[in-house]
Amino acid sequence: MPIINYVTHDGNQFEAEVEVGKTVMEGATENMIDGILAECGGACSCATCHCYVDEKWVQVVGNADGIEKEMLEVVNEPKESSRLSCQITVTEEMDGLVVHLPESQY
Amino acid sequence: MSEVCVIIGASHAAAQLSASLRTEGWEGEILVIGDEAYLPYHRPPLSKTFLSGEKSIEDIQIRPAAFYEKQNIQFRLNTRVESIDRNKKSLTLEGGEIISYSKLALCTGSKPRVLPLEGSQLPGVHYLRNAADIEAIQKDIAPGKKAVIVGGGYIGLETAAALRKLGLEVTVLEMMDRVLQRVTAPEISAFYHRVHTEEGVDIKTGTAIRAIEGNGKAERVVLSDQSQLDADVVIIGAGIVPNTELAEKAGLKVDNGILVDEQARTEDPDIVAAGDCTNFPNPLLGQRMRLESVPNAMEQSRSAAASICGKEKVYAAQPWFWSDQYDMKLQIAGLSQDYDQVVIRGDYEQGRSFVAWYLKDGKVLAADCVNRGKEFMTAKKLIQSGVEVDASKLADDTVDPKELLQ
Ligand SMILES: Cc1cc2nc3c(=O)[nH]c(=O)nc-3n(C[C@H](O)[C@H](O)[C@H](O)COP(=O)(O)OP(=O)(O)OC[C@H]3O[C@@H](n4cnc5c(N)ncnc54)[C@H](O)[C@@H]3O)c2cc1C
Ligand code: FES
Repeated sequence: MPIINYVTHDGNQFEAEVEVGKTVMEGATENMIDGILAECGGACSCATCHCYVDEKWVQVVGNADGIEKEMLEVVNEPKESSRLSCQITVTEEMDGLVVHLPESQY
Repeated sequence: MSEVCVIIGASHAAAQLSASLRTEGWEGEILVIGDEAYLPYHRPPLSKTFLSGEKSIEDIQIRPAAFYEKQNIQFRLNTRVESIDRNKKSLTLEGGEIISYSKLALCTGSKPRVLPLEGSQLPGVHYLRNAADIEAIQKDIAPGKKAVIVGGGYIGLETAAALRKLGLEVTVLEMMDRVLQRVTAPEISAFYHRVHTEEGVDIKTGTAIRAIEGNGKAERVVLSDQSQLDADVVIIGAGIVPNTELAEKAGLKVDNGILVDEQARTEDPDIVAAGDCTNFPNPLLGQRMRLESVPNAMEQSRSAAASICGKEKVYAAQPWFWSDQYDMKLQIAGLSQDYDQVVIRGDYEQGRSFVAWYLKDGKVLAADCVNRGKEFMTAKKLIQSGVEVDASKLADDTVDPKELLQ
């Protein structure tokens, strides 16, 4: 199972095994990793599952588009690497993926 | 004996509350008792991708069974709680079994408002609240069949969209003179009326249902003007009422929901309540309210879990909601009540992307955003900050929403 690394804003790192086909958001909530609220449960409606994809992984994960991209423009501290974690579906290639969590989703 | 926190109801509120109890440090047992057959699942897809068959019950589970096992959260499914004895701190289950609690969380949610309607017991007539309802509806539908939906609220309209996708002929009956009347401005109603018409749904406003008729099953509905409509399946979405009977029988205060404070506490120090079933004070809006939304159930549950653990976490959030229909995502920030101005950005008379901003005294109270993620996020921030905004900029589609925040 791919391992996803979640790094909180203050530098704590959590490792979670996440099944292929699940989302990076689910990987966080199912492993009690704070920092992802996911108020809409993955419906791409709330933008409270914001994360930054580590530079080295941006290529693999890809960029946001559509309404996800629109919402990301107005989250707190948007960056080039911003994604909504519920829109990242884990694949084999993402084994080792590193995502950084923002200080606050609001 | 170790302490046990019992949660009644096994849905959005319970899923979050049980997980948050562990985060807050609850070391005792956690037992969730729910009368449905499944572990907590996402309810919003019921009228969307679950009804349309794109998602299965496994797909919409909130968390997998392994999660609850790992966190040592026990479930008793298919089990109804009949009563609460607050003196003995125990519950009686259907069948008579008695269960003790140290702390109790009421997450009983809500149920569809039942219409006293002739013929509503006929096979083919459905309400829409849980997965079992959808599974029953799915047995009655097929391409080309005729569906009549009673009620033009969000759930009724989402259901109409899902059934169109499946190739049914769909009619929506709305008693008021426009759909979504209770919750939106006339422009939004007009927009949804138009889009549904474009998608082939027949919306009849100002039309009430009088009766459902048929020989052994639903075959037609009789309308307020005495005309009749053929119907193979009738789905009633006439609003919901909170499940407060248990609380009421136990002597807890109930007034359009179980009364709790801003930390989800009832007047009983060992009982909290969260989600659709509660009526709570919102410190940001300075008023009591009852909300029917997933974010409300989740956020209030975090606060309830903290309260159970003797901590303080005030639930103070701006209400928000969403609704997916066809290729449209509606996102609603804030509550559109007592507004004195509606400002429209974009064109609601054509296309499928626009915003209705609701203002009071020049400040944004709420916004309905159709396929407008950026404006939705901006609206949330404008509501939060409570600053006065220039209405002409809100209306002007050439002004980047981000500029409004400066
Ligand atoms: C079709 C549909 C679409 C929706 N779409 C959206 C949407 O797009 N966005 C959004 O934010 N919200 C939506 N909602 C609303 C949202 O689902 C609710 O606000 C949310 O489910 C509330 O969660 P809850 O846990 O408070 O209550 P509920 O989900 O109502 O769960 C309560 C549970 O408790 C059980 N129960 C009650 N009494 C007892 C008892 N005595 N013993 C045992 N069990 C009991 C009930 O059977 C139920 O399983 C939708 C709802 C429906 C029905
Ligand atoms: S969980 Fe709501 S947008 Fe990702």
